[in-house]
Amino acid sequence: MNDYIYSPTDNLSALVTAQPELLLTLSHFGIPMGFGDKTIVQVCHENGVNPEFFLLICQVYSNDNFLPSQHEIMDTPMDGLVPYLLQSHDYYLNRRLPHIEHHLDKIASMLPERTGLAIKRFFKDYLNEVRQHFEQEENIVYPHISRLVNHEPDDHFTIKSYLDNHENLDDKLSDLVQIIFKYLPASSSDDDSIDMIFDILQLSQDLRKHSLIEDKILGPFVKHLEKKSKV
Amino acid sequence: MKKKILIVEPSEIIVAGLSAALQHPDIRLLQHEATANNLEQRLNVLKPDVLIVNPTLNDNVNEMRNGRNMAVVALLYQYVKQSRLRHFDAVIDIRDSKQAILQTILDISAKAIAGDARSNHELTPRETAVLVEVAKGLSNKEIAARLNVSIFTVTTHRKNIVRKTGIKSVAGLTVYALLNNLIDEDTVI
Repeated sequence: MNDYIYSPTDNLSALVTAQPELLLTLSHFGIPMGFGDKTIVQVCHENGVNPEFFLLICQVYSNDNFLPSQHEIMDTPMDGLVPYLLQSHDYYLNRRLPHIEHHLDKIASMLPERTGLAIKRFFKDYLNEVRQHFEQEENIVYPHISRLVNHEPDDHFTIKSYLDNHENLDDKLSDLVQIIFKYLPASSSDDDSIDMIFDILQLSQDLRKHSLIEDKILGPFVKHLEKKSKV
Repeated sequence: MKKKILIVEPSEIIVAGLSAALQHPDIRLLQHEATANNLEQRLNVLKPDVLIVNPTLNDNVNEMRNGRNMAVVALLYQYVKQSRLRHFDAVIDIRDSKQAILQTILDISAKAIAGDARSNHELTPRETAVLVEVAKGLSNKEIAARLNVSIFTVTTHRKNIVRKTGIKSVAGLTVYALLNNLIDEDTVI
């Protein structure tokens, strides 16, 4: 059963009050705060966002077990999907991760050299991994979608191969949290560590939702396009 | 010691009814969960002896158990395909009598050994040996050959290492091994 918790005529402010983490979604959609008592539909229209697509994304954010049906995917306009994902990538790579790296460098500088280096290298490797993961999506998957939408020639790529190898980007972040609070010497700054752990937890949560969107919306949507293009 | 029971079920009415049926001196009911979101983290903290879960929320028993010593019981009040129930340790149906439900839970919890017996987080010497090889970047097959054990044994050790340290990735385990002086910087490829 996929009853939507929210309806397009609800106040956007009520929705955000109930679920403050949706503020991040708004920012990925380019919807600025200060929307007063306007409804979801009104705010979406003012910002050029399709309200049905907006609600579909909110639904994934609200409930991990939500799985849209085939026809929900087909009936929802998906023009906004790739821009939404691109905007999220930009936010992770250019805002959140550098912020966390900055904190981590501060903590690492207070550790014995060897330990500090090991932690820094761990994070650098992780950043590269995230970058590669996003690049693959931006250079292969998204162009594949636009080819399908515009009925351009086949690129011999299938979304199945992407979904089968879709890695989890938050495992290493959770490892980092474990390492910081369980295994780092107690002498390093607690305040910095606590700040950083909260930052990481919030990012992990958002990345997890991001991959749910890819697995539950992008995947089925592209599969549907691929099927249609073969007919 | 009282057995800890966790109920994962969205309907408050059902939870209230089930809780009433499970009033017993040997049972301690934990605050129930309405969804299976973040269940893994909750289980790590709460360490229930018995998990009672609505199979429509989650029927992946192995994933929920994840190496824990915990009985997993399906809670039925609608039709669920038999094949989805085969991994559960027991099934209770809300149409069963109060006594039958209580008995099922008592029986199944008696089988589960007290969770504390396994909460040891120290790695065994063998697990440490495997960890060192993992940190060096060796594959399960290579580790099996080097330590002269089967690949299956290596995977079991690796699962225990992950459960005990809370660290999943090879890169994270490498940092762990470095921090604990199990390997040298130079050993890392």
